[in-house]
Amino acid sequence: MIANLAFYLFSFILLASAVMVVTSRNPVHAVLFLILAFINAAVLFLLAGAEFLAFILAIVYVGAVAVLFLFVVMMLDVDFTAWREGFQRYAPIGALVALVLFVELAVVVAGWTIAPGASAARMFPTPDNVTDTVALGSLIYTSYLPLFQLSGIILLVAMIGAIVLTHRERKRAKTQNLAMQHARRPEDTLVMVSAKLNEGILPEKETL
Amino acid sequence: MSGFFQTDLGIVILTLLKSLALIVPLLIGVAYLTLFERKVMGAMQLRKGPNIVGPFGLWQPFADALKMLFKETIIPTGSDRLLFMIAPMITFGLAVVAWAVIPVSNHWAIANINVGILYLFAISSLGVYGIIIAGWASNSKYAFLGALRSAAQMVSYEVSMGFIIVTVLVCVGSLNLNDIVMAQRHFWFAIPLFPLFVIFFISGLAETNRAPFDLAEGESEIVAGFFVEYSAMSFALFFLGEYANMILISAMTTTLFLGGWLSPIPFVPFTMIPGVFWFLLKVLMCLFVFVWVRATLPRLRYDQLMALGWKVFLPITLVYLVAVAGVMEYFGWLPNA
Repeated sequence: MIANLAFYLFSFILLASAVMVVTSRNPVHAVLFLILAFINAAVLFLLAGAEFLAFILAIVYVGAVAVLFLFVVMMLDVDFTAWREGFQRYAPIGALVALVLFVELAVVVAGWTIAPGASAARMFPTPDNVTDTVALGSLIYTSYLPLFQLSGIILLVAMIGAIVLTHRERKRAKTQNLAMQHARRPEDTLVMVSAKLNEGILPEKETL
Repeated sequence: MSGFFQTDLGIVILTLLKSLALIVPLLIGVAYLTLFERKVMGAMQLRKGPNIVGPFGLWQPFADALKMLFKETIIPTGSDRLLFMIAPMITFGLAVVAWAVIPVSNHWAIANINVGILYLFAISSLGVYGIIIAGWASNSKYAFLGALRSAAQMVSYEVSMGFIIVTVLVCVGSLNLNDIVMAQRHFWFAIPLFPLFVIFFISGLAETNRAPFDLAEGESEIVAGFFVEYSAMSFALFFLGEYANMILISAMTTTLFLGGWLSPIPFVPFTMIPGVFWFLLKVLMCLFVFVWVRATLPRLRYDQLMALGWKVFLPITLVYLVAVAGVMEYFGWLPNA
């Protein structure tokens, strides 16, 4: 009973916050609602018995990806009224795109057939006496290892690509080389001079 | 009576009672941690610390709490009122919620879940939101700068913390915190994984924004960082959250590396002592080091902090993880192999 109640509660919050993501005027609020939606999706995973997926969703999406979203959105200085200026002009095109997307989705969903073995497999998500973490781990790291590593390489390439595209050499920036600083010895930089009384040291003479 | 606690309603009530039995001592612990810190730092700096309110200053935390309660709550104009009030609640709430899975003694945890360590990691990665939201909602430059700094810092140090946790998991073969403690029956993980133990503790300092990583609230440059606009109870919640997080990181260090509630001396007169005692003793030792570090080390510069996280800790933990996995595989020490 409580599990059912929890399912409906969290599904409701999930859907409500998803609606708020689209409708809220302030982009920071939209991102925060997105985070709320992620958390509720994680709770739904938890209710379905997929503990590992639930917490990975929380760690990766909420803990890392959404923080980046929030960073970017907070740093942008957006004039919200300017966004709405061309609304009437662009409305027909937007409606057209929405219609096309809707028809496509309808076609896909209408032609959807569930594979014959799928619902049977759904009833037994993990083998007996094994937690879902172990089951998932053994599946990924034994049966699908090449695919898993391939996806890892794709992500790595994407990351390197993003870094290469946005990296710019800042020539005038002063950076500190810790190894060089630690390797400095007094005798490299200091010269001890005994100054004569009443004469002092002329700077030109002492520049080495 | 035991039949009642098997029903749906009974389980909910039982869980609430358990939570209460954990949260009340935790809050008292947080209150006295502030006193502990001031006393220890006082001793290190040849001062007495608080000694006026009550015997040895023992009522000082309650005096502070009362003072905070009676202060005026100021909400700056131009701030996002709702988020401004929610931010300290998030920080404090998360610091308390994480305790649900910590095994205080043998099977003494509110929830002994299979993926306990992932839960802890997830909760600590959410901790950054309280700070970002506070910084943004205050509508103040100092608060925003402090929030950005501390968010970047927490995300950076989480990476190496994650690798350290994975290394421990390779040694244990389970994500359950009780199993992690039991795997340290013969020797603590602090011995074979000593470098990781040290790095985990340092990352914990960075994760809780404590000295020498307290740039988020560097008072000499950005006043008080993300909570510069906060006053009264909302400030107190941030403060309590920070201290509760310190206890949490100490408890995590204890569970992962110092054998949790296991007795350090494994024969009879010492194993008779309840595990809670050993657990609290170890946590207290970690907390002492937290205070010790604060009283000793100067604050890092921001680029040094980032360089330490990404260029020193990340490579070391990554290589250590691969090395540990390789050694375990070679000698056939892997659990559940």
